[in-house]
Amino acid sequence: MELQDRPPAVAAGAEPVSSNGPAVALGQVDITFHLANGGRYQAVKGIDLKVAPGEFVSIVGPTGCGKSTLLNAAAGLLAPSAGKVEIFGKPLAGLNRRAGYLFQQDALMPWKTALENVKVALEPMGIADREADSRAREWLARVGLRTFVDRYPHMLSGGQRKRVSLAQMLIRNPEILLMDEPFGPLDAQTRQIMGNLLLDLWSRDRKALMFVTHDLEEAIALSDRVVVMSAGPAAGIVADYKVDLPRPRDIADIRLEKAFHEIHRDIWSSLRIEVQKAYAMGEGRELVGGDAS
Amino acid sequence: MKRMKLLSLQILVMVVFLAVWHVMTTTSLFGDIKTSQFFFSTPWAVLARTVKELTGPSIYWHLGITLTETVLAFVIGSAAGILFGFAFARNELLSAVFDPYIKAANALPRVVLAPIFALWFGLGIWSKVALGFTLVFFIVFFNVYQGVREVSPTILANARMLGMNERQLFKHVYWPSALTWMFSSLHTSVGFALVGAVVGEYLGSSAGLGYKIHEAESVFDVTGVFAGMLILAIFVIAIDALVTLVERRLLVWRPTQSTTTTT
Repeated sequence: MELQDRPPAVAAGAEPVSSNGPAVALGQVDITFHLANGGRYQAVKGIDLKVAPGEFVSIVGPTGCGKSTLLNAAAGLLAPSAGKVEIFGKPLAGLNRRAGYLFQQDALMPWKTALENVKVALEPMGIADREADSRAREWLARVGLRTFVDRYPHMLSGGQRKRVSLAQMLIRNPEILLMDEPFGPLDAQTRQIMGNLLLDLWSRDRKALMFVTHDLEEAIALSDRVVVMSAGPAAGIVADYKVDLPRPRDIADIRLEKAFHEIHRDIWSSLRIEVQKAYAMGEGRELVGGDAS
Repeated sequence: MKRMKLLSLQILVMVVFLAVWHVMTTTSLFGDIKTSQFFFSTPWAVLARTVKELTGPSIYWHLGITLTETVLAFVIGSAAGILFGFAFARNELLSAVFDPYIKAANALPRVVLAPIFALWFGLGIWSKVALGFTLVFFIVFFNVYQGVREVSPTILANARMLGMNERQLFKHVYWPSALTWMFSSLHTSVGFALVGAVVGEYLGSSAGLGYKIHEAESVFDVTGVFAGMLILAIFVIAIDALVTLVERRLLVWRPTQSTTTTT
């Protein structure tokens, strides 16, 4: 019943095989939600996805296709109904302790200052207060907030709050970074600045990174690989593209290059079909609703 | 300029009110002066009595009693409210089982408990504390319950991803969130603690502001009743100002309504 288009095997063979296996490996993952009215909604179906250590993978797809669901499965916030999730070759049980997560919505504790928010990330690791303090200050300086340490989240702009979140996640030095449309709510200029900051921080010690976005240009500019998901329900992976643009990149400049446009055209050709499908389904639903009333 | 205008209008309202009261009780426009004064006293008499009370020593003893009862009712009621609020919010079964009883207890007009409390705890301060407790407890309980239940799922998921255990989640997420809700109802709960104290005193005691008012009333001393009410109002405003001060200090992280945040 499902259209199981196999992805054009572009990225095959590109993964450096680590002794521990891939940082994240999803094998035939299905995720079904049990709805409050007793119904069931299958968000994703038969997902196979591997992310190698040091690899920056973006996941794009139409709205509501289950991109975030996939990320939550990798984070251990959500248990798949079928299939397996492996982290560095070990099956994931409970929360993924080796991952950091950057949320789309504000996730900072509003009752703590920027400094306290970053510092608190070290508390579960049992780091002494004085050391935590100096390390948190260092990280806030690294994300460009040296003079904002004593501000509460509501006194910071959206971009500044994301910087604090970034510092809060990175200070723990997680081996896997999961990001769910982190720059979604920001304006275009701020997104570019944040994108470059992210690339700068990531390139220092290249962690495995799964980046969910609805912005294809952002995905290409940032990543090594772009994975395209189909329209939900029961979304799957329809295409997997390698982005071999040279690094270091400037995400504003790279958009002007010819190679960028070629990759964009390729990926958009598969993404467009899914976006149109999702759009058509949305229209259909509206029509049904209209008929019923 | 605007401020001055507002202030003068506010003063005008008071002047008009006092003038009407004065004319009504010192002229025969509305009937017999003696009768008017018996029922309504006069502004000057009330003011004079208030000043006399406030310069005398005994009123401060009564105020002290009322304040003690208020503070005790607030502290004990809040502590119990926080404890039960947390327990119920974190324990699905407990809250489901007790839900109808909590609702029933909260629906009961607390004044009817005053005679029972007087019987159980005597006419001293503890029967008033108990009455204030029943008022404060439910406000704090419901707010803490809500505060724990309505922690943003994103903040919670984020804290978990940062590796926090239950104890750390409590310290950094649940507790501050619950306190926020509690503080947002600080004015109400302090106000109710005071209501409990005064009503308790009014219904049976030998000290306190409620007692003073009741005493004046029992000898048809209308001037004394109004003077007592005026002192009570000043007292409430002073406490409320203090609460506002505490609130500003504790909720420093919260955006004020005029602060706008943009991306």
